[in-house]
Amino acid sequence: MSPSAANPATPATDSEKPASALHLAVALDGTGWHPASWREPVARPRALFTARYWADLVTEAEHGLLDFVTLEDGLGPQSSHFLDPDDRTDQVRGRLDAVLVASRVAPLTRHIGLVPTVVATHTEPFHISKAIATLDYVSTGRAGLRVQITARPNEAAHFGRRTVERIDSYDPPVPPSVSDLFDEAADHVEVVRRLWDSWEDDAEIRDVATGRFIDRDKLHYIDFEGRHFSVKGPSITPRPPQGQPLVTALAHATVPYRLVARAADVGYVTPHDAGQARAIVAEIRAEQDAAGRSAEPLHVFGDLVVFLDDDPGAARARRERLDALAGEPYTSDALVFTGTSAELADLLQELQSAGLSGFRLRPAVAGHDLPAITRGLVPELQRRGAFRRAYEADTLRGLLGLARPANRYAAA
Amino acid sequence: MSKPLKQIHLAAHFPGVNNTTVWSDPRAGSHIEFDSFVHFARTAERAKFDFLFLAEGLRLREQGGRIYDLDVVGRPDTFTVLAALAAVTDRLGLTGTINSTFNEPYEVARQFASLDHLSDGRSAWNVVTSWDAFTGENFRRGGFLPQDERYSRAKEFLATAHELFDSWQGDEIVADQATGTFLRDARAGAFVHHGKHFDIHGRFNVPRSPQGRPVIFQAGDSDEGREFAAAEADAIFSRYGTLEAGQEFYTDVKSRLATYGRRPEQLLILPAATFALADTDAEAEELAREVRRQQVSGATALKHLEFVWNRDLSGYDPEGPLPDVDPDVDTDHIARGRAQVRMYRDPLATAREWRELAEANNWSIRDLVIHTGNRQNFVGSPSTIAKTINEYVQADASDGFILVPHITPTGLDEFADKVVPLLQEQGVFRTDYEGTTLRDHLGLAHPDETREHRAAS
Repeated sequence: MSPSAANPATPATDSEKPASALHLAVALDGTGWHPASWREPVARPRALFTARYWADLVTEAEHGLLDFVTLEDGLGPQSSHFLDPDDRTDQVRGRLDAVLVASRVAPLTRHIGLVPTVVATHTEPFHISKAIATLDYVSTGRAGLRVQITARPNEAAHFGRRTVERIDSYDPPVPPSVSDLFDEAADHVEVVRRLWDSWEDDAEIRDVATGRFIDRDKLHYIDFEGRHFSVKGPSITPRPPQGQPLVTALAHATVPYRLVARAADVGYVTPHDAGQARAIVAEIRAEQDAAGRSAEPLHVFGDLVVFLDDDPGAARARRERLDALAGEPYTSDALVFTGTSAELADLLQELQSAGLSGFRLRPAVAGHDLPAITRGLVPELQRRGAFRRAYEADTLRGLLGLARPANRYAAA
Repeated sequence: MSKPLKQIHLAAHFPGVNNTTVWSDPRAGSHIEFDSFVHFARTAERAKFDFLFLAEGLRLREQGGRIYDLDVVGRPDTFTVLAALAAVTDRLGLTGTINSTFNEPYEVARQFASLDHLSDGRSAWNVVTSWDAFTGENFRRGGFLPQDERYSRAKEFLATAHELFDSWQGDEIVADQATGTFLRDARAGAFVHHGKHFDIHGRFNVPRSPQGRPVIFQAGDSDEGREFAAAEADAIFSRYGTLEAGQEFYTDVKSRLATYGRRPEQLLILPAATFALADTDAEAEELAREVRRQQVSGATALKHLEFVWNRDLSGYDPEGPLPDVDPDVDTDHIARGRAQVRMYRDPLATAREWRELAEANNWSIRDLVIHTGNRQNFVGSPSTIAKTINEYVQADASDGFILVPHITPTGLDEFADKVVPLLQEQGVFRTDYEGTTLRDHLGLAHPDETREHRAAS
């Protein structure tokens, strides 16, 4: 815990403008985002495949009043290579299905949102829709998903239904095969969302007089026909508690920004300074207008990898120690922050003023940096009036200030 | 010397989306809220049941071109609800029905291996097949699987899933923080499968789970289905809950095991069983009649008659006589997404037989459907039911039962409180769990031991 955390909060004076609240999520991935994180004494690498490990992390995040956790996933082993598997034995390999991990911890938590990664490229939107709807039921309104594509040829070979074209990078200019994967992901999300609405909220009537359990006029075929799949509907699962669970996506370029703008409630982006943040937010807002969604709330969160310590030197030393163990300096698509809670709070507020409404922090070492977030950063932000002091809503949409949406199929 | 008493296995089937489930009863709760699943699972665990069982259907049923609205409609995703139930139970096995036609082996193997890790070894997979284009309309692959290939795909699906489960031996993760060795073997999870239905290769990304593989259930009843079970399954979810039919099925399936080098105790026969339980046998008989009438409303009776007649019978009075028109045998079937429609192979003969029955007994349409439908398997007082179940199991009509209550979620409470203690007193049902995994409860060896046993013999 940060030593300053014991100090009483200084109330804002009338002349000071109170800081506006920001949203905080953490991205959980194995023992942390640094590839050598598993070697830290706090890391518990042998517990990675147990429910207890994940329950402890999510409980810690809830203790810090965070909006939600995301859970990384993939349809193949982790790799140090961009597109191909590797043969390394010195890093964590293997992971549990993220939706099932989220569901396993749902009954053990009460407030925090649970946002597993789902890969659109090889999965069935029908299955994903009912899985996330069910996660919403078992968590009573705290479910979301983070949609991802994969252009890895080895993962395509795990399914054997299609081949994917080899690409050199995801950077612009985006090859047509990759924009195709994003288009498919947009279709996937569209189907998932239509299926969530395919039952109206009051479809179950239990009318003993007529013997009817449902009013079938309130169930709807979604009749989706796309280039990659057609889905008839309705879902086998009734509309989930939130109506529409949260849809989120990570985006680094125009094509995925478009996916965020068209389909998501929260987009994660990776600016390295306030100027970049401003430019990215402007681009997403323009895409949002173009998609005719300007009236809909869309959060843009900044992603940051964090090494967080009470002393700035300690965080840097830890990063260097882990880099030495890994044999190479750690690099990331996201800004890598090394420092104290107060310094991180400064940075987050600066980025917030550039148009970001929240942040998804990637703990470099889950066992160290997650508690540093919940016990150091959160109290620091609370003192500044920039973070909640108690959970104020019962659902994930509620925590993010998103209304429960009307059903697209319900008669007005 | 008489043979030793068999230990009974009991399981709890969450009430399904059919007319066995009585939603109109004032006590009937939600079929979708998680609290209902928690209550049901905890009741089963309190009673020391072997496992909870979830069925699945991937398209809402239709009749006459419209969604069928008279039964419970809607259910959760199987994997997701089982993973959540693992958090609120400690020992209860978690069996999910997962279709091998509208899934892919890599994904399903990941999900079962994950569920097995997250439940500390309590997962089981009821492998079912289907081929209908109707359900296929919800999926990428559509409905192009010819009917005669469904077992061939199911077999290859299961074999491929086993290759994926076995691609990790269980000792690969060293996680030595001092030396920096996480994996003992860089090729952990490597697999290659070239087959008719699946041509896949790569690396499986879930390390070996506590049970090695989930327990495998099979539910098909055809000759091919029985052979599949004898070769591959650990348990059969059968439909033969009566004494004679149960014994016949039991003998038939167990006799097929030797061909595959397996012993009789390596395949458990567990029929679905409904029950009507009351304080006395007479009260139970009355309850059974009452529940049958709740299960078959007038509207339901007409819809069931339509399975045979294959015509819109909505104009008929369910309290009146049977239709005098004959079944329509020329057009596509009126009901879709149901297994029952295949039971009536000769609708004209069935219709003739039913008309005669109705006339002889002076039955209305509703009376006829009630009488020709399934009566509860076990009807009686706690002692009668406990005695009957034990007799059936000792007489090799089954190795136990998968109980299907008619009320959600409390339909198992009375059975747990009144029948289970009697079985425990008789020494034929556990008073506490002896092991932690579902394999332990069912007396099944870990797959590694089986493999060693086969290699040694």
